[in-house]
Order: sequence, then C-alpha cells, then structure tokens
Amino acid sequence: MSSDVSNLVEIRDLHFAYGKRAILSGLQMDFPRGKVIAVMGGSGSGKTTVLRLIGGQLRPQRGHVKVHGQIVHQLNTSGLYLLRRKMGMLFQHGALFTDLTVFENVAFPLREHTDLPEELIRNLVLMKLHAVGLRNAAKLKPGEISGGMARRVALARSIALDPELIMYDEPFAGLDPISMGVTANLIRNLNTALGSTTVLVSHDVKECFAIADYVYFLSQGKIVAHGTPDEMMVSTDPYVKQFVNAEADGPVPFHYPGKSLADDLGLGAQA
Amino acid sequence: MRIRNGLSRLGATLRDFIESIGYGARTFLNVLSVSPGLLKRPRLIVEQLHFIGNYSMLIITLSGLFVGMVLGLQGYYTLNKYGAEQSLGLLVALGLSRELGPVITALLFAGRAGTSLTAEIGLMKAGEQLSAMEMMAVNPIQRVLAPRFWAGVISVPLLASVFSAVGVFGGYLVGVQLIGVDNGAFWSQMQDGVDIWKDIYNGFAKSVVFGIAITFIALYQGYEAQPTPEDVARATTRTVVISSLMIWWLDFMMTALMFSK
Repeated sequence: MSSDVSNLVEIRDLHFAYGKRAILSGLQMDFPRGKVIAVMGGSGSGKTTVLRLIGGQLRPQRGHVKVHGQIVHQLNTSGLYLLRRKMGMLFQHGALFTDLTVFENVAFPLREHTDLPEELIRNLVLMKLHAVGLRNAAKLKPGEISGGMARRVALARSIALDPELIMYDEPFAGLDPISMGVTANLIRNLNTALGSTTVLVSHDVKECFAIADYVYFLSQGKIVAHGTPDEMMVSTDPYVKQFVNAEADGPVPFHYPGKSLADDLGLGAQA
Repeated sequence: MRIRNGLSRLGATLRDFIESIGYGARTFLNVLSVSPGLLKRPRLIVEQLHFIGNYSMLIITLSGLFVGMVLGLQGYYTLNKYGAEQSLGLLVALGLSRELGPVITALLFAGRAGTSLTAEIGLMKAGEQLSAMEMMAVNPIQRVLAPRFWAGVISVPLLASVFSAVGVFGGYLVGVQLIGVDNGAFWSQMQDGVDIWKDIYNGFAKSVVFGIAITFIALYQGYEAQPTPEDVARATTRTVVISSLMIWWLDFMMTALMFSK
C-alpha cells in the first residue's frame, strides 16, 4: 500500500502494546475520503485502540498513522489540537458532560473554538439537534434521557464543527433495534450530507454491512480480512465466516488461552 | 534471596514515589502555565467559586461558631486561674487568626470540597468526559482543572476569614454574654494585642498555602485515578489523608518560619 492523497487516514506497519501485551501488530489500513469504513472484530481485538491512535490519544511503538498527510504521533500539542478540530468522535457511552444540558453539550465545541454570537450558536445547535431528532430535548440533562438518545446527542456534538473525519466507537452497542436502525441511518446520512470520512468501529454485522463502503476485520491485533460488505458476505475466510454467521466454534476460541481444565483440576498426570 | 527481593521491592516503591512526585510537579506546572488563558473567561472560575466556596460556607460558619464558643469556655477556665480572664478576647482572637482558623478551615475544606473535587474529576475520567474533551481539542487541564484550582485557592483564605470572624463572635457569646467577662476588656485587649501583619496577615498567608495544597492534591488524585469505581473511591480517601498530613506539616513549617524570633 503506497501513500495516496485520496486517503484521509493511512495506517502503516502500526504496532502498539500496553506494556508487554501486544494489542496491534503490523496494521496497514486506508480510509479514503468521503467513505464509510467499518473496522470490525470481537471484543479485545484492538478496534478502539485504532481509533485512539488515529486521534493521537495513544502513541504507537512502531509505524505511524497519517491524517491529512500529517504523522499524528509526531505532532506537538498545538498541532495535534489543530488536527483534532477537524475530527469528531462518538464515544461508546456518549461521554456527555453530565452537568450540562443537551443544548449546552452540543454548543460546547462551538463555544470553545469559535467566537460566534450566541444567537448563531443557538441556531446551529438546534439544527444539529434537529438532524438527530432531539431538538425538543434541548433543555434536558443527560441523566433525563435514554441511552439511545444520549448517543444521538453525542453524535450531534461530534458533528458540531462539521468535521472532515468522524469516528464512531461502538455506536450500536446496547441499543434497541429501532434506535440501532435510526443511528445507522444517521451515520450514513451525515456522512453524505457533510461529505466527511467515517470510521465506524463496531461488531454489529447487519448495521455495519448496511452502511459501510469497505470493511476491515481485526482479530488479535491483525487485519484478517478486508473488502466490501458484499465480498465479506461470501468470504470463505474462517474468521469472517465465524463472525458474520455468529458461530460459536471457529478460529476465535471460546476459552481464554492458558492451561487446560484437566491441568487445573490436577487430572493431567492421571490421563 | 529474601533480602534481595525485599531490596528490589523497596527500590521499586522508592522509584514509584519519586516518579509520582515528578509527575505531580509537572501537572502542577501545567495547571499554572494554562492559567493565564482563564483571564479571558473568568466566568469559569466564578462558577467553581460558587460550587466549591459558597457550598462550604454553612459547615465553615457553624464550625467556626462552635470552635469559638469552646475556645471561650476553655480559655476562661484557664485564664481565670491566674486572674487574667480580661485577656479572653485576645486569646480567642490569636488562637483563631494564627492557628485554628486556617488549620480547621483547611481540614474541613479537604473533607467537604476536596473529596467532591476528586470524585467529580475521577468520575469525569471514568465516563470518558475528559477523553471526549481532548478529542474536541479542548485541554482538560485548562478547562476543568485550572478553574477549580484557582477557585479553591481563592475560597480557602476567604472561608478561613469567615471561620475566624464567626469564631471570635462565638467566644464573645460565651465569654461576655454567658460568663460575664467585661465587654470593654474583651474587645480592647483584642484590639491592643492582635497585630494586623504578624497575626492576621500570617494567618491569611497560611490559608493561601493550604488552599493551593489541598485543591491541587484533590484535583491531581482525581485526574490520576484509574477509571474504575474502586480507584475513584481510593483516590477520594487519599485526598483526605494526604491533604490532612500536608496541612499539619505545612502548618508546622510555616509557624516555625513566621513566628520564630
């Protein structure tokens, strides 16, 4: 994979570990401008770590992440903050500011980064909230709305500054089927309306395949498969087959690696 | 082998301790370096003054009143033995302005506001609010820690002043109104014996130092807590323990510096 200007984000030979525990090893990924790219994989496969490396919240041990042609981990604090102004991120549980109302949460990035008059901020916030269907919930506190609504408010907040790159960390986790469908449509529609690039980290096959242009499958910190959703649906790769068809048996072991049950029960020697 | 393991553990503990001091010092300098930015947005500090200072007022006022009343009683019993009960006002005022006002206010502040600051920051971290802020290109040290820090630094000396003033009134209630010490002697001895610089100013300076220490300890503990319920709880406890010990140590050092001849 060579460097390409049509890619907003490029990941090359990325290695990351927490202490001695390797999380990602040798990752190569491309995120073309204007596309919805899904990063899928089981829990603990390193999906969220990829997002944190793109956002510069973690530093890789080897390799690099390039956003807008800039190597993220080489930027100084002000450079990183400038780059982050072009990014929006939806956290898994929304990460709304619990002491602020829904309106103030969405207004937060606008007030921090612009000198817009309050009247204009109000109109912008109401438009963003209207886009996620929560204009009439503007005065409520995060504690007064459901998990699905909180996710939508966080979505409105993450697009407040019309970012070029929007990252979603498990946007469908814990949502009811209706909220899941609503959120999936919002992600696709916002991507089209804003012309932004979307990185969607999830393990929900149906929703991801419905809205993604391209899919990467991660397992144990490595890319095990990638392609369009249609290609993945007919993939013969054992991991993809297990994941897409939700099979209990396959390359992903059910048990955490370690000693066998016989060893733990002291039956190994007798057997 | 056992000695070697013990030495190795001791070395690791010492290294962790030095590392945490270094990291704490760096965070403290970070808070100071981003503080000028707050001059453009004083509203952030005013909001925190309300939450941290104003909400601590009731406990400080009531404690000040009772401490002053107890000081009045105890002082009278002791002074009366030497026929010096006329100096009760002076004793109450000196005790409060030099020591009890700053120290008890600081201890109460650590318990009332310090713990809430640690828990608030720790829970913000656990709820990924600080990470979200970073991803929105907003520095959480500037937006969250610095306003709270300065609000604490401003609040503690003001609360200590209220504590001492109410305490003197408590001493007056017990000494003059209840026991019958001469009203004129109570106030005139106080006026004559309390030095504005040596007593009031030094007491105020102590409060400022306590305010810096407690507020920073509380914020740092919350900021460095692991994002789990257990560690946030442990960090809250650490805030009270470390702040209290720091208050006693600083008080001893400052008293030795300020009041030694």
